[in-house]
Amino acid sequence: MTENTIEVKNLVKTFGKFRAVDDISFYIPQGEIFGLLGPNGAGKTTTIRMLIGLLRPDSGSAHVLGFDVRKKPEEVKKRIGYMSQKFSLYNDLTVRENLDFYAAIYNNMPFRQRRERVDEMLEMVELGHIQRSQTRSLSGAWRQRLALACAIIHRPKMLFLDEATAGVDPVARRQFWDLIYRLASEGISVLATTHYMDEADYCNTIAMMYQGRLISLASPDTIKESLPGTLLQIDLGDPLEAQKVLINDPRVLNVSIQGMQLHVTVKKESDINAIQRLLNKANLPPNTIEIIQPSLEDAFTSLVSQQRVLDQ
Amino acid sequence: MKRLLTIMRKEVRHILRDPLTLLLILALPASLLILLGYGITGTSTGVTMGIVDFDKSDSSRAYVERFTASNDFKLTHDLQNEEDMVRKIETDKMDIGIIIPESFERELLTNGSANVMILLDGSGNPTDVSTAELKLTAISEMANQDLILKKVDVSGQARTLQMPINTTVKTLYNPNGNARLYMIPGLIPIILQVQAILLAALSIVREREQGTMEQLIVTPIRSWELMLGKIIPYLVVCMLNLLLMIWMGDFLFGVSVRGSVGELVGLSAIFILGSLGMGVLISNISKTQMQAVYISVFVVIIPAIILSGLMFSRESMPDFTYWYSELLPVTQYLEITRGIIVRGVDAATLLFTSTLPMVIMSVGYFIASVFAFRKHL
Ligand SMILES: Nc1ncnc2c1ncn2[C@@H]1O[C@H](COP(=O)(O)OP(=O)(O)OP(=O)(O)O)[C@@H](O)[C@H]1O
Ligand SMILES: [Mg+2]
Repeated sequence: MTENTIEVKNLVKTFGKFRAVDDISFYIPQGEIFGLLGPNGAGKTTTIRMLIGLLRPDSGSAHVLGFDVRKKPEEVKKRIGYMSQKFSLYNDLTVRENLDFYAAIYNNMPFRQRRERVDEMLEMVELGHIQRSQTRSLSGAWRQRLALACAIIHRPKMLFLDEATAGVDPVARRQFWDLIYRLASEGISVLATTHYMDEADYCNTIAMMYQGRLISLASPDTIKESLPGTLLQIDLGDPLEAQKVLINDPRVLNVSIQGMQLHVTVKKESDINAIQRLLNKANLPPNTIEIIQPSLEDAFTSLVSQQRVLDQ
Repeated sequence: MKRLLTIMRKEVRHILRDPLTLLLILALPASLLILLGYGITGTSTGVTMGIVDFDKSDSSRAYVERFTASNDFKLTHDLQNEEDMVRKIETDKMDIGIIIPESFERELLTNGSANVMILLDGSGNPTDVSTAELKLTAISEMANQDLILKKVDVSGQARTLQMPINTTVKTLYNPNGNARLYMIPGLIPIILQVQAILLAALSIVREREQGTMEQLIVTPIRSWELMLGKIIPYLVVCMLNLLLMIWMGDFLFGVSVRGSVGELVGLSAIFILGSLGMGVLISNISKTQMQAVYISVFVVIIPAIILSGLMFSRESMPDFTYWYSELLPVTQYLEITRGIIVRGVDAATLLFTSTLPMVIMSVGYFIASVFAFRKHL
């Protein structure tokens, strides 16, 4: 029971008649990075808010670090860190004052130790050189790192990141994830939501959420392997037009445009010739067609479109 | 306790960080007192008066002199006909007009009485109007005249004169009609009310709007620590405002505190706590700063200005309005400031009429706010 940092069973949250979180169950072992993926409105933030005691679940149970979030929300709060989807630090306080404020709020260390901890955090997120600047003047990436430092200054055992890297450039995101990796290696468990598929590859386990439900729960590799059919990457002049041509063909399971290329999932490998013919006939001759390993993004779009079909 | 101090320190930093904020919350209330204090002219200039004298006799001149002899009326217009007079009153050039008919002296000599017509602007400041009415009646009675009074009612507000009236007007405590002596102790409560309610409400709702409240809720801080930590610094700010205003009232306007300064400051602290509590209660039901401002202004501040007795007497209010004003501690607090500053009475004298109700309500609002304040989104 207490081996897992988080245990969620049949969790439900409704807003009026709308089920924002619809009967989800999962667990997160200690030191793991758990990724929660899903389109806008899938219910990711709502799930996190229930786990950190911001929202009361309607039914189901959730234990965080062994504490029931309904019965002991304050015990949970002492031991977790949270970075919300919206940047939420004090703009008119300096970098150092923000850190010091959160360190003091948790009230779990004496003054001298607190100062050392703040210094340690500044060093870790590499913001020591601007510790006296007002937070409003910080760039997006710096804010993100400061918010992370504020979220972990009290040494939480569990860290919740709600789209922590939204709007940050790829290099900064990489750095950020390196930090998360370091924390996880120190034994902190992490639950992160994201829209970036490349970030999902950092996770040990991925839960895909769609309209309040979990539609898949597995490691990134398992998800990629479990994709039905064969994935073709097609390079051609007008992917939009080609998508329209292919989407209704019975051999095609899924079509999506990824960058400048068309990703087509077909039922079996031999369907590749039929696709070639179809495109030629439509006067959209492909430059290349190759069979590729699916990325998480493919898995995601494929899962969501399968789910849409099921829902209809 | 340590967490309470942490919140207080943060709140003080917010206040001190931005020079404009600091200037606004410390200097603006005092500046308003200067503006309004000078705006209220020291002594009443009296009622301006115009006449149309068709008689032009010794008697009519003597009659007019009865008015001008007292300092309350000032003859500003000598007019030719009634239309002129009505127009002057309608355009607010003067307050009252007296029309003396051609037959004035003749009637007076034959009947011992005569008719004059008095036009009175009913739309003016109600206290001025009733003062003018009283004085007119008194003077005319002395002159032993029958009066035909006709109202020029620009605002459509009707007012009946009861005659004859035997009234001696005697102004207590403020014999020179020094309006400042009356207004400054009245402005202090209103300014403190606005200040306390907005500071408390906005400081909480701002965090909700910015998203920092969400971050605070997931920390183990307790609701009461968060709430007290936020309002104690604002209590200090309001006390500074109070001291500055008392000092300015004395230094700039010569309105000194005749009663006990200690009592005034102590009761003010209780009033401010209650007002901060009202601000917290408002923040509980507001999702945005705009909502908080609207609720504060329309539910508390404007009623406080109009109904507290700052400008109008509360005796003539309909029941509902009267009781609404009784629920605003500013109403009783205003009686306390006027009592202590102008009349020099002590709080015990006002115990049942003002002190106790004010203390009970302020403490009530404050306690309600402590219990009602929840860490929520
Ligand atoms: N307080 C609320 N009242 C009513 N509906 C809500 C509330 N909070 C969230 N919702 C609805 O619940 C659904 C799930 O919202 P949630 O914020 O959890 O989605 P999300 O997966 O985090 O999306 P995003 O990627 O856009 O952040 C949305 O349709 C949202 O409109
Ligand atoms: Mg979200």
